[in-house]
Amino acid sequence: MTDLPRTTPSQTVGPFFALPDGLPWPDGPEVVGTEEPDAILLRGQLIDGAGEPVPDGLIEIWQADERGRIQHPDDPRDDSTSFRGFGRCATNAEGRFWFRTVKPGALPTPSGGTEAPHINVTVLARGMLDRVVTRIYFPDEPRANAVDPVLSAVDPERRATLVAVPETEAFRFDIRLQGDDETPFFAV
Amino acid sequence: MHSRTPTNTTGLTLPSYERDDSSHPALATPEYGSTRLRAPQRPLQLLPQNLTEVTGPVLGHERVGATDHDLTVQHGGEPLGERILVSGRVLDSDGRAVPDTLVEIWQANSAGRYCHVGDQHPAPLDPNFSGVGRCMTDSEGNYRFVTIKPGAYPWGNHTNAWRPAHIHFSLFGRAFTQRLVTQMYFPGDPLFYQDPIFHSVRDPRARERMISRFDLDTTVPEWALSFKFDIVLRGSAATPFEDEEDEH
Repeated sequence: MTDLPRTTPSQTVGPFFALPDGLPWPDGPEVVGTEEPDAILLRGQLIDGAGEPVPDGLIEIWQADERGRIQHPDDPRDDSTSFRGFGRCATNAEGRFWFRTVKPGALPTPSGGTEAPHINVTVLARGMLDRVVTRIYFPDEPRANAVDPVLSAVDPERRATLVAVPETEAFRFDIRLQGDDETPFFAV
Repeated sequence: MHSRTPTNTTGLTLPSYERDDSSHPALATPEYGSTRLRAPQRPLQLLPQNLTEVTGPVLGHERVGATDHDLTVQHGGEPLGERILVSGRVLDSDGRAVPDTLVEIWQANSAGRYCHVGDQHPAPLDPNFSGVGRCMTDSEGNYRFVTIKPGAYPWGNHTNAWRPAHIHFSLFGRAFTQRLVTQMYFPGDPLFYQDPIFHSVRDPRARERMISRFDLDTTVPEWALSFKFDIVLRGSAATPFEDEEDEH
């Protein structure tokens, strides 16, 4: 038996990923189009340890559709969907990012539990040697959030930072890389 | 494709992916100054690998234009510099090909200048080079780009700091867990020793896995040098019990 290959290390995305026609796709933030009746606007700000906005970050999201379906061969459930589920947005000069998407449905777990509606987030930036991962939960799901296996394992004092804040016709989710209210990040 | 945990009471059986923390740099790497205000400081919490984690975007070929894999033909004329081929396979750590996955690259031009408003290095821009490429892996995980060897460039991390020549790579794999952004380096670069980003990977053997290999066999005579770079994403987590249907 030959030796199995070892994984390639991560390196920072650096300051120049936003070349013209580069990683920030023109339709990156638009997981769904404006014609989608259930579309929600998700917006936030990426903030560093000095409280300053991060103007050269890249935020990516990955999620199920509003009925909890995922377009993927490793999802063994029968439901199918054409939902893209993926969004990507470079932060602007004020560190701000946005997505137009739908609120995802709840998801079953292999152990028989249920995960509350959530969106997985990847954060990439100059000065970050590996991606970091967090999750967005929704403020109108208190019961589902209370029994979510991931959220309920987070320090109770920090849980609220993973729940988006309702705004007029939008949800706000700020990401703080350091500090007293550092966003909880996960190892996947 | 991947090892599956034994059938459970819910009937929801998912693949799982090995953790590979020892391959990757620490977020807090003091020699790389920009990590100081950007590396999270609290311990990471383990995220279970449930449906959102073991799936990922299914990005189609419609994302890739006809000349996206050839960075030397995207403008009216040929870019200046040393024409190179960069090719290899995308695999997982079980040695299995990762087919039909999007590979995105970006890089400086041959003078070490990015076509980016934020790049202030006083080296010339090349009107015939944007430095962005993308392609899909084929059914065996192969990818191939035609480009120009990027130049080294200075940066402000420490006195007389220079980045070794590199090409940025972004990969999705088939699952959220497999997402990887990395940099490909060139063999024998004299700038490695002083580069804190390259050395943020502490294991010398792991650093070697970021360095491409010059390959004379696939070098095209009278036309372009060839560099091979295989990229390995996380494979299945070893499980003591596996389904009979599992591929081996």
